[in-house]
Amino acid sequence: MKGMGAALRHDSALKHTTGEARFADDAAEAAGTLHAALVLSDVAHGSLVALHTEAARAMPGVVAVLGPGDIPGANDIAAVGQGEPLFAEGLVEFAGQPLAMVVASTRDEALRAAAAVRAEITPLEPVLSIERALELDQHVVPPQTMARGDAARAIAAAPRRMEAEFRAGGQEHFYLEGQIALATPGEDGEMAVLSSTQHPSEVQHVVARVLGGASNAVTVTCRRMGGGFGGKESNASWVAAAAALAARATGRPVKLRLSRRADMIATGKRHPFLYRWTAGFDDQGRVLGLQALLAADGGWSLDMSGGVVFRAVTHALNCCDVADVAITGCAVKTNTVSHTAFRGFGGPQGALLMEDVVHRIAAACGLPPEEVRARNFLGAPGKGEETPYGQKVEGDLITRVWAEAKRDSEWDRRRGEIAAFNATHPTLRRGLGSMVLAFGISFGVMHMNQAGALVHVYADGSIRLNHGGTEMGQGLFVKVAQVVCDVFGVDLDRIAITATSTAEVPNTAPTAASTGSDLNGWAAHNAAETIKGRMAEVAAKRLGISPEQVVFADNRVWAERVGANLFLDFGELAKLCFLERVSLSSTGFYRTPDIHWDRATMRGHPFFYFSYGAAVSEVIVDTLTGEHRCLRTDIVQDCGRSLNPAVDRGQIEGAFVQGQGWLTCEELWWDTQGRLRTIGPSTYKIPGSRDVPPIFNVRLLEGAPARSETIFRSKAVGEPPLLLAISVANALKDAIGVEALDLPATPERVLMALAARG
Amino acid sequence: MIATAIGFQLNGRQVSLPPGTSPTLSLLDWLRGPAALPGTKEGCAEGDCGACTVVLEAADGARIPVNACLTLLGQLHGQAIRTVEGLRGPDGGPHPIQRAMAESDGTQCGFCTPGIVMTAWAHAREGGEVHEALAGNLCRCTGYRPILEVFATLADDASPAPVLPAPEAACFEAPGQLFHRPVTLPALLALRAAHPGAWLLAGGTDLGLRVSDHRERPAEVICLLGVPDLHSLRAAPEAIEAGAAVSYARLLALFRQEAGFAPFAALLARLGSRQIRGLGTLGGNLGTASPIGDALPPLLALGASVTVASVRGQRVLPVAAFLKGYRMNDLAADEVVVSVTLPRPDPDDIFVCEKISKRHDQDIATVGAAFRLRMKGEVVAEAWLAFGGVGPMAARAPRAEAALVGRRLDAGAVAAAAEALAEDIAPLSDWRGTAAYRLMVAQGLLQRLHIRASQPGAVLDVASYAP
Repeated sequence: MKGMGAALRHDSALKHTTGEARFADDAAEAAGTLHAALVLSDVAHGSLVALHTEAARAMPGVVAVLGPGDIPGANDIAAVGQGEPLFAEGLVEFAGQPLAMVVASTRDEALRAAAAVRAEITPLEPVLSIERALELDQHVVPPQTMARGDAARAIAAAPRRMEAEFRAGGQEHFYLEGQIALATPGEDGEMAVLSSTQHPSEVQHVVARVLGGASNAVTVTCRRMGGGFGGKESNASWVAAAAALAARATGRPVKLRLSRRADMIATGKRHPFLYRWTAGFDDQGRVLGLQALLAADGGWSLDMSGGVVFRAVTHALNCCDVADVAITGCAVKTNTVSHTAFRGFGGPQGALLMEDVVHRIAAACGLPPEEVRARNFLGAPGKGEETPYGQKVEGDLITRVWAEAKRDSEWDRRRGEIAAFNATHPTLRRGLGSMVLAFGISFGVMHMNQAGALVHVYADGSIRLNHGGTEMGQGLFVKVAQVVCDVFGVDLDRIAITATSTAEVPNTAPTAASTGSDLNGWAAHNAAETIKGRMAEVAAKRLGISPEQVVFADNRVWAERVGANLFLDFGELAKLCFLERVSLSSTGFYRTPDIHWDRATMRGHPFFYFSYGAAVSEVIVDTLTGEHRCLRTDIVQDCGRSLNPAVDRGQIEGAFVQGQGWLTCEELWWDTQGRLRTIGPSTYKIPGSRDVPPIFNVRLLEGAPARSETIFRSKAVGEPPLLLAISVANALKDAIGVEALDLPATPERVLMALAARG
Repeated sequence: MIATAIGFQLNGRQVSLPPGTSPTLSLLDWLRGPAALPGTKEGCAEGDCGACTVVLEAADGARIPVNACLTLLGQLHGQAIRTVEGLRGPDGGPHPIQRAMAESDGTQCGFCTPGIVMTAWAHAREGGEVHEALAGNLCRCTGYRPILEVFATLADDASPAPVLPAPEAACFEAPGQLFHRPVTLPALLALRAAHPGAWLLAGGTDLGLRVSDHRERPAEVICLLGVPDLHSLRAAPEAIEAGAAVSYARLLALFRQEAGFAPFAALLARLGSRQIRGLGTLGGNLGTASPIGDALPPLLALGASVTVASVRGQRVLPVAAFLKGYRMNDLAADEVVVSVTLPRPDPDDIFVCEKISKRHDQDIATVGAAFRLRMKGEVVAEAWLAFGGVGPMAARAPRAEAALVGRRLDAGAVAAAAEALAEDIAPLSDWRGTAAYRLMVAQGLLQRLHIRASQPGAVLDVASYAP
């Protein structure tokens, strides 16, 4: 197979391994290129009295020192709304906030001079915890409640009742390639920006806003990123805007590449969350009423916290149903970096709520948590099949993925084996945990669910494909190319995959929310179909048949069906079209149908469809030190009818391990002054190869084409499997015999939980 | 005749750097800049992510992966390195490892990939445990599974070892910089006496950070790599004597073969990564005297001694006396560490090395420990209990030791030692752990010592447990 459904490898794989694949920092620099470095605040909260730049200006190689006063347009890099300055003015709101920028002949000169800029800041008391911000009632996203029924009454009427509180930490993206942009000024105010970004259109808008010009003067290009994970959605924009500002100010190309340290200090992360909930339930573990507060740490500014809270709230019940429910979500304002998009975008944090509810109630009822979760499944006996916001979910698929994962994992046999081990080993304890997910696919902001593509067929039959999606390693480019291959019936090597550019496809959505293939696949499909229709007419005329009888397959264009000996080579037909003066170029556009959301009532049909998955993980814990390891994981993930099973498996495995990191070893640590101290891989530990479960069985759910009209009935896969790592956290609870655990479950938290259990 | 231009082999071809090239420019910056070889990536500039991994090709055919970000040009003089661009076959086609990694879905974003390919190329020849081989390379996309599969099937390409020149004395000059490369001990000591403020640079896995991450440009450096005396490594029945500039990789290989050193070997296998162990040295660990130096607790538990020398002569002192405080040691301004002598434990000694960290591989210890007990029957005759990460310096725990000596090694004695330990150590709270956690772990490790002693062969740590 060549087109959709084939396990084709990543289009750049061989270039990656030979080192030929060019990232933003790899292109030879044009003569005269300058380098920029940021001046970052060392203080978390304070009044900016003065910025002393004289010493820096006098240093070797320094060309300019730029601050808010040098911005020709608006000092505002907000992705949503307004009021997020590129450089602080008057008020410093987090340690790591950019205050100014030095531009110099070399990067080292810029870095040295940036270190010589002295900021005079009168410190104010920083707010560094979600609890404190809640006390002060300061929010970037005010509380909003999604409710159905009467939760308070249901809880009061329930046979049993429980209250609880827990926390989940944030997460650094740790894309291996840090944030970078290269801005090159042109004539008539043009600015060409090479950016490592998931959102070229937003980079374009923010650059134009900061430069005080129109979007048509700014061209943003991105061939590939060295990882994104959400971290290069809004954060890439301000890095690019700073580079563009420096390019405008100096009239020369300027590169801004953040050091790992600056990247970790100054760019947003996954939102930490605080949860408080009250539930009413019965002795069978059925949750009858639930009230919950999900408070995200938004950091100092809004960024995309509104969307994160939306997704957390809409995923708080995850695969379960509670008839009477009131989920309140908010994002508090603290003096930390502004938290941002990260794979799952609040969904994983939302899903943690129901897992906590299930595990604590199971413990209270003396039931296995798996039993309690299944009794509360959407579509379980006595349970509904509709989310509190009114969207129907496929309960049969929830039941099915869990049943298959449980079977694959040999759950019952291993339960016995583990119990026997735990009864005899002096210090080690094993545990089994599970997770079942239902993840809504579509951007929560309805207008973002659109995509464009631009396809050219050249007269020699070669094809050039461009679309608004960006490649960050997820295999989007090959998947979309497979769609185009399928339309034209040609091999992949006939298609040139090209860099994303705002000059080719305008007004695009970010490549995010797992929607890259769904949106861009359809857009490219539509562009290719338009051209194919025109080509079919020319072919029909030449072959003496009707256009409906023309078949595109095997790099040829056939009469009726493959096997007939009447055909044209695809290239031959392209040439013919050119000679017949038929356009071989087309844009394609797609907007997700059937989605809507009412912000005021918090009801609607915000997701085109749901993705389902289940996992079982086993861990082993050292009760003397808290160290632990995941021994085995079994996953069943719904990908609909997969566009590319090899790419999808890579996404599942990668997302799972990234989720494992979030929940176990990755810990962001701020000191009492609000300065992040885990600012490099030596202090911030993402999973290494040994941390991957040595037995790692990943299976795509079979025979389950998407029921919505997705591209070839496939389903998105970028984010959902990250939630499956919650099975590891659940297994840790099982191993040490506790029903709750704050996250990340570092060895220290595990040991302390053991000590608290007594 | 003193060489003045840095020369080394790059991808099989000799290069000589123009005069005035900064000898402390990192190999990574040089590759990506002047050499126009951007295949090698910068992921962190602190020697931790491995995106910049290149391979040192030794004269004996060994392939030593190193972090180009921490390797300074002056260190490379007379060596041979290979980058991802240098793996192509004579026909210009990709190396089989590059092909295998591509065809096995071993890449997603591809940024870590060149480094992983180079680690794989070294591993194909060096062999060993796969996670140990990969510990120095982080991948954020794949979840490693496909990479591990490729690593399991690697074949050595039998490419020949380079012919390297004999070490020659050298001094590289750049504006405001002098980089000395002596090749005899007397020359080294004379240089040290003349330049007490110079960086003493061996592997550079610590000092390299100051260049790569902090962007320092040291005025004067004395490089130890060319002095043969500092590279001697001898195993005698009573002790191992290791030159100060012997790499951890060589030590590890020897410890694995030498009776009594297996626990130390297992710990060394977790010190940094292969990239760090290829360059890092015991002398460096002692020189920085970090409270969390992985190798220091075992040196203390073994009763190791340090030989230091200067133009004034030589002296030998116990490691316990050499370490003076937080990042302080007993070296005089004109002295250098020459060697370390590690007494071999008695066959009947109980010797255990421990390291507790957030991540098993390539992490800095939250708590490090090494214990040695000399038993007389069932009674503890002597005890050496050494800890790292729980005070300003790596140190023994005298009160806990006293609680054990003269008693049977049982739960009661261990509990008494654990209680006494609270008086011995003064842990801090930081991002690696709170003081309370560090104390609990240190005490837990004493308990584990007891179980290890009473149940030899039992699997007691999660990393060793095989599902």
